[in-house]
Amino acid sequence: MNFKDKRYIVLFLSPTVILLFAFLLYPLIQSVYYSFTDWYNFSNKKTFIGLDNYRQLVQDPVVGIALRNTLILIVGAIVLQAGGGLALALLTASVKRGFKFFRTVYFFPIVISGTAIGLMFSIIYNYDYGLLNAIMRALGLPEQVWLTEHSSIYLVLIPILWQYVGFYFVIFLTGISKIPEDIYESAQLDGITGIQKAFKITIPLLRDVIASCLTLATAGALKVFDVVYIVTKGGPMNSSELLSTYMYDKAFNGQNAGYASTIVIAMMLLGILITVLLNKAVKKDTISY
Amino acid sequence: MSTVAENIGQRRGPGRYAGRTVVYAVLIAWACTTIVPLLWVLLSSLKSSDEILTNAFGLPDTFSFVNYVKLNEYGNLNILRGFANSLLISGSVVLGVAFFGGLASFVLSRFQFRGKSLFNVLFVVCMLLPQFAVIIPNFMIIKELHLNGTYWSVILPQIAGNLSFAILMMTGFMAALPGELEEAAVVDGASIWKIFWRILLPLCVPIFATVSIMIFLWSYNELLMPLVYLPVRDMQPISVLLSLVSNAYGTDYGAMMAAIAISIAPLLVLYMISQETVIKGLTAGAVKG
Repeated sequence: MNFKDKRYIVLFLSPTVILLFAFLLYPLIQSVYYSFTDWYNFSNKKTFIGLDNYRQLVQDPVVGIALRNTLILIVGAIVLQAGGGLALALLTASVKRGFKFFRTVYFFPIVISGTAIGLMFSIIYNYDYGLLNAIMRALGLPEQVWLTEHSSIYLVLIPILWQYVGFYFVIFLTGISKIPEDIYESAQLDGITGIQKAFKITIPLLRDVIASCLTLATAGALKVFDVVYIVTKGGPMNSSELLSTYMYDKAFNGQNAGYASTIVIAMMLLGILITVLLNKAVKKDTISY
Repeated sequence: MSTVAENIGQRRGPGRYAGRTVVYAVLIAWACTTIVPLLWVLLSSLKSSDEILTNAFGLPDTFSFVNYVKLNEYGNLNILRGFANSLLISGSVVLGVAFFGGLASFVLSRFQFRGKSLFNVLFVVCMLLPQFAVIIPNFMIIKELHLNGTYWSVILPQIAGNLSFAILMMTGFMAALPGELEEAAVVDGASIWKIFWRILLPLCVPIFATVSIMIFLWSYNELLMPLVYLPVRDMQPISVLLSLVSNAYGTDYGAMMAAIAISIAPLLVLYMISQETVIKGLTAGAVKG
């Protein structure tokens, strides 16, 4: 069916187009412009300062920490989230019963907000009433201050990584279920073991799925905000800062929206760069069965 | 996939049971990591703060809902009020996206006009655009539109942020529907509005349900946008209040647990009711910015 009435086209599309331009595209251009300005306290006065914010960005030691933490998060997401999800999916596919139960249960944390999970883990790590110190007391060990400058980034990583393992588990499980069974049959006649089956047949056939999971894990890692904001607010001493939390801090606590916009642009460029590199590294020839 | 596993299992003789036991042990161990924290929150929410400390893992001595009642006593941080705000905000976002997205998808799937492919590019770009990229300019735009201090300040940007994903999903669904009924309706002289409302929409109930559930989940869990756009305590959704709980409640861990439990309860119910939809939708929506 092909209608052509122009009035309806305009009438039905315009609310969407107006909303997208007002709250996404126009602000995106503004973000780029702000990143070249000196702008404090959300005042009316913005001064164009060229690349000064970008120079400051390169020299900012906290940006260095945030960048390092973001990279730790990306590596963690790829190895532990996607890798863990793949391992669990392979194991689940190798046993007969329970795959529905595991899928249901592993997906729980993804449905819950990062805020609730963050609050849960800050209670776990808390000195006085925390679960970890309750365990320490029960074992007769001295209580610890868990969130220190050295440990903080790894301790906030745990909830983030834990939350999304089930997500990759589901993607890989779906991928495995699409591999036709006759592929395995001749290998079985040769007496292949379960582990060989996984590494020689299943994983190579999942290459496309693995490639898209790498991109998703990277993009997901760059978007993390809630959990870190709740558990540590980027501290102590900026040690668990991510680019997202640092940007928030600069814009809405430091009131330096110009520099915060520069961090936003850097985050976007980083995201695009990593995605392009990953897509080049994992060439996508489609596999047909 | 289970039959493959079975065949391999049968070929492997004595080691088979040992191997399978290990596999189940690993899978169940991971299942515990997703279930135990939830149970811990639920049980602790029924204990007093002292009991959380002394009896961290057992069942509560007496089941009391004191903590839930107490949530009402923190006047400036009323979780129940926040819960109602969340339902109002996320409900409005879902309605807005379904209405505007539905209209736009109808045009894109049923109308022929020049420049249609440009709209697809627009929606893909807007879908991939992360929220943090526009958070600072939108903060200003909301002020300029005099929306600050109203529910609209979070509803409109969230509608804009979710529209592209919804439109891409719904257009795909509508385009795949056969057009014979509509052709018959045109012959009978039905208006375009009638064709949309009476013929197409009833067929699209499944996709509207999927999209609505996904967008409710995202909106309910969203922290950054309401945190920045809506600084009025009485109007803030539960996610923002949760982020303040650990400072405001001091050591009242029982109340904190009750707050977490209340905030995740509706999501877990939604998940248990529509599990397939949630799992499929969240994996499909992973690319959303």
